[in-house]
Amino acid sequence: MAEKPKRLNLNQKYQLMTRGLDWETTYQSMDEVFPYDRYEGIKIKDWDKWQDPFRLTMDAYWKYQAEKERKLYAILDSVAQNNSQLNISDGRYMNAVKIWMQGVTPLEYAAFRGFAMLGRGFRGAGARVACQFQSIDEMRHYQTQVHAFSHYNKYFNGFNQYSRIRDRAWYLSIPKSYFEDAVSAGPFELITAISFSFEYVLTNLLFMPFVSGAAYNGDMATTTFGFSAQSDESRHMTLGLEIIKFMLEQHEDNLPIVQEWLDKWFWRGYRLLGLVGTMMDYMLPKKVMSWRQAWEIYWEDNGMALFNDLARYGLRPPKHHEAATKEKYRITHEFWSTIYQFSHATALYTWIPTTEELDWLSAEYGELFDTVYRPRYEYWQELHEKGERFFQKRLPVVCNVCQIPIFHTMPDDPLMNCCLVSEYKGTKHQMCSQGCLDIFNREPEKYCQAYIPPQQIYQGNCGGASLEDYRKWLHIKDEETGEYYGSEDHVMWEQWQAQAAKPTGVAPAS
Amino acid sequence: MAENVFIALQNNPDAQPIIEAIVDDNPGAVVNDSPGMVKIDCPKRLVIKRVTVEEKIGGEFNLQDIHLTLISLSGNIEEDDDEFVLHWNF
Amino acid sequence: MSIDIKTTKIEPRRVTFEHIAEKLGEGKTPSRYQEVMFGLQHEEVFHYRPTWDPGHEIFDADRTAVNMGDYEDLLDPRRYYYGTYVIQRSRQQESLEKNFAAVEKRGLLNALDASLIEKIRKVVIPFRHVEWGANNNNLFIAAYGFGTPITVAADFQGMDRLGNAQYITRIGLILSNNDPAILDQAKSEWLDEPMWQPLRKVIEDSFVIKDWFELHVLQNYLIDGIFHPLLFQHFDDEVVANGGASFAMVTEFFVDWFAESMRWADSTIKTAVKESDENRALIGGWIEKWLPVVSQAAEPLAGFIFADRSSEVLERISDQLAARTGKIGISARAA
Repeated sequence: MAEKPKRLNLNQKYQLMTRGLDWETTYQSMDEVFPYDRYEGIKIKDWDKWQDPFRLTMDAYWKYQAEKERKLYAILDSVAQNNSQLNISDGRYMNAVKIWMQGVTPLEYAAFRGFAMLGRGFRGAGARVACQFQSIDEMRHYQTQVHAFSHYNKYFNGFNQYSRIRDRAWYLSIPKSYFEDAVSAGPFELITAISFSFEYVLTNLLFMPFVSGAAYNGDMATTTFGFSAQSDESRHMTLGLEIIKFMLEQHEDNLPIVQEWLDKWFWRGYRLLGLVGTMMDYMLPKKVMSWRQAWEIYWEDNGMALFNDLARYGLRPPKHHEAATKEKYRITHEFWSTIYQFSHATALYTWIPTTEELDWLSAEYGELFDTVYRPRYEYWQELHEKGERFFQKRLPVVCNVCQIPIFHTMPDDPLMNCCLVSEYKGTKHQMCSQGCLDIFNREPEKYCQAYIPPQQIYQGNCGGASLEDYRKWLHIKDEETGEYYGSEDHVMWEQWQAQAAKPTGVAPAS
Repeated sequence: MAENVFIALQNNPDAQPIIEAIVDDNPGAVVNDSPGMVKIDCPKRLVIKRVTVEEKIGGEFNLQDIHLTLISLSGNIEEDDDEFVLHWNF
Repeated sequence: MSIDIKTTKIEPRRVTFEHIAEKLGEGKTPSRYQEVMFGLQHEEVFHYRPTWDPGHEIFDADRTAVNMGDYEDLLDPRRYYYGTYVIQRSRQQESLEKNFAAVEKRGLLNALDASLIEKIRKVVIPFRHVEWGANNNNLFIAAYGFGTPITVAADFQGMDRLGNAQYITRIGLILSNNDPAILDQAKSEWLDEPMWQPLRKVIEDSFVIKDWFELHVLQNYLIDGIFHPLLFQHFDDEVVANGGASFAMVTEFFVDWFAESMRWADSTIKTAVKESDENRALIGGWIEKWLPVVSQAAEPLAGFIFADRSSEVLERISDQLAARTGKIGISARAA
């Protein structure tokens, strides 16, 4: 009776399932219904040209994601039941995971909300659906991370007050201001910032070597959620590349806007990732790859291939990428030196690397490390052994854009501190680099709103003038901060080792 | 000149036949092992063919199943029922 | 290295995170649902005002007139977090997939009486646009709502509606042997057929509502509360009574979905109503304002489906909604 149905392939099925669902509103104007997708100046002639290469429908999404979640939670349950925290390489490792929970998990949450804005905000149905998938994925990521870290929180310090310090702590202003910069921008800039500049260009540096490092250091929970999340990220990255191509194909006037955004967000993302590089170089007791090597693979090789491909649209590699490449030999050491000095104002522990680890850094970073950073570490180690562990007493000047303390050096002179100043409406603003200065000067009205922690502390807005008052305001107890060796985490770790059949781990440096 | 596309997969039994299929179908593919992860680089273009994966596993394979083991990738994507392709256009 | 657990003394330092202990009381172990609902939304130190809404912070309680001492009280009675949500939906999807396969394999839907098929085509297939509208509105709540519990659940609700729209699309494609013309036809009816216009107007009007709680009441309580029973309860019954049992196989998900979504809508609105007399008056006012508009929008569609039985059916739907409204703590006089 019925004629045999025409077979639909993946592409046709997706087109029919998603396309045509939307319509041109007539009882309310489209500009009222979608009030935010034009003010940035991006011109879209035909939203139907939008392509989603993964062509995901809801039924497939539920199916695949449920399978991923079943696997993930089976492992998280087993980590808790078997006390797998005992199997990590060393107690110091856990500080990298603390940074993740304090700094990255809140961004996943903000991304969930930000992509919901895009999932409502774009007037094209295809782009909207792609953003909706990303929104719910980001929700997944923050939730699986909280569930994974929940077990570690029971034993280690620094996780307990993540919800409090996320908004308040000076060093967490770096990721927080980064993301709020993107979400407070318009929808096209937000998606360029996160899906393209961060996810496509830079996030491989976060998820691949670092999560592989987690695997190497025996952290099953982080490895599992990390790789599982990354399978979602592949879709997000693709969304990022597609939106860039889409904007550039839609109208030639879009090119200069997109280029400026790429320049800005490359630099902003690169600065943020310095923190991740530091986790890789200093906080993984067993090393997978140095920041320098990761930069060479994921930026100099893979990133440049991407920009070679995009050249046909008239897009050039982001401004100042050469400076970033010059800094690959030093950025993580400058970062670690800073966290080391200021760790008494963080919910982290820091330490001087062991001799063996310093040798690895020497091999990876060569002469500059041996002449500049290694002697500094050895000096601090001597002080520590004399019972005079070095902590900085003053608060640092912080970059008005990236919010990183101004400790980075000139691209061509690793011995010269870089501090650039811009005067806006009678106030001087300090920036850490030409990249950040350019960003400030392009939108001074935006960046002069930034909440700069040291200034706020000195103004008495953060619980009081002393370090003790500030820590109290952050909900950080004295024993949760400062030097690793001798800390509660270290003592606990040593007890576990002593109780274990066979002690192992990296010997304390002191 | 930088010209590689890449795909990274979890290093587990589900990914093994996919990795083998990639190596068979892409003569320029270079497999890099890391803890927990395998990254495969290939100049300009890399293809995953459904039929090759099916030969390896001896059963049916839906290309969308790579989502279960995928970690990351780089390159423009073309996907249909038979092939998943990563490529650069320059 | 492996560790002999028996010989190792491992004492946890704490049961849970500080902010959760404060909320639940010291020593209480939170559920996985609670762990990811509390303390997640950024609360303070916002660095920049949104360029798209400089009058508010990125997350701002003032985007609704409803006032809650704690917006994290707007919990989901289903206790869905991402993992439990997708696993539940994948189970339902699996069972529905079997139904679809059976219906497709045996051509069950196409075996229905031609007039019945025509009715399904005219009533159900254009409804994919209504579901798409609901997707839009729930994404708004997820984006601009306040507090994690309501925004997470709205995000699920939004994705559910995309799923609903796609399942309706599949029903259409079964009826047309995969000829997409059936979807184009349904869309042009949605845009031009007088029967759909009052509903399309309500939905487009809902797209410009800025108060997310008002939108929640209008979309997830009123529009769904009238149109889902109309289509997937009363129209379903009508089709089944006329020999169309196979239709119920492909609409099974909508019925189950509506039952649980209703629990969420009722529970969140009830919590807000119980919070204060001001909230009660406000939400009561929204119901009073929108209920007549939504009810009237259902009349032409009900008339088309049920002809002279239409006022009887609408009355039953309205009684059902009035009973819910009473339980929420709002006088049912509006209904």
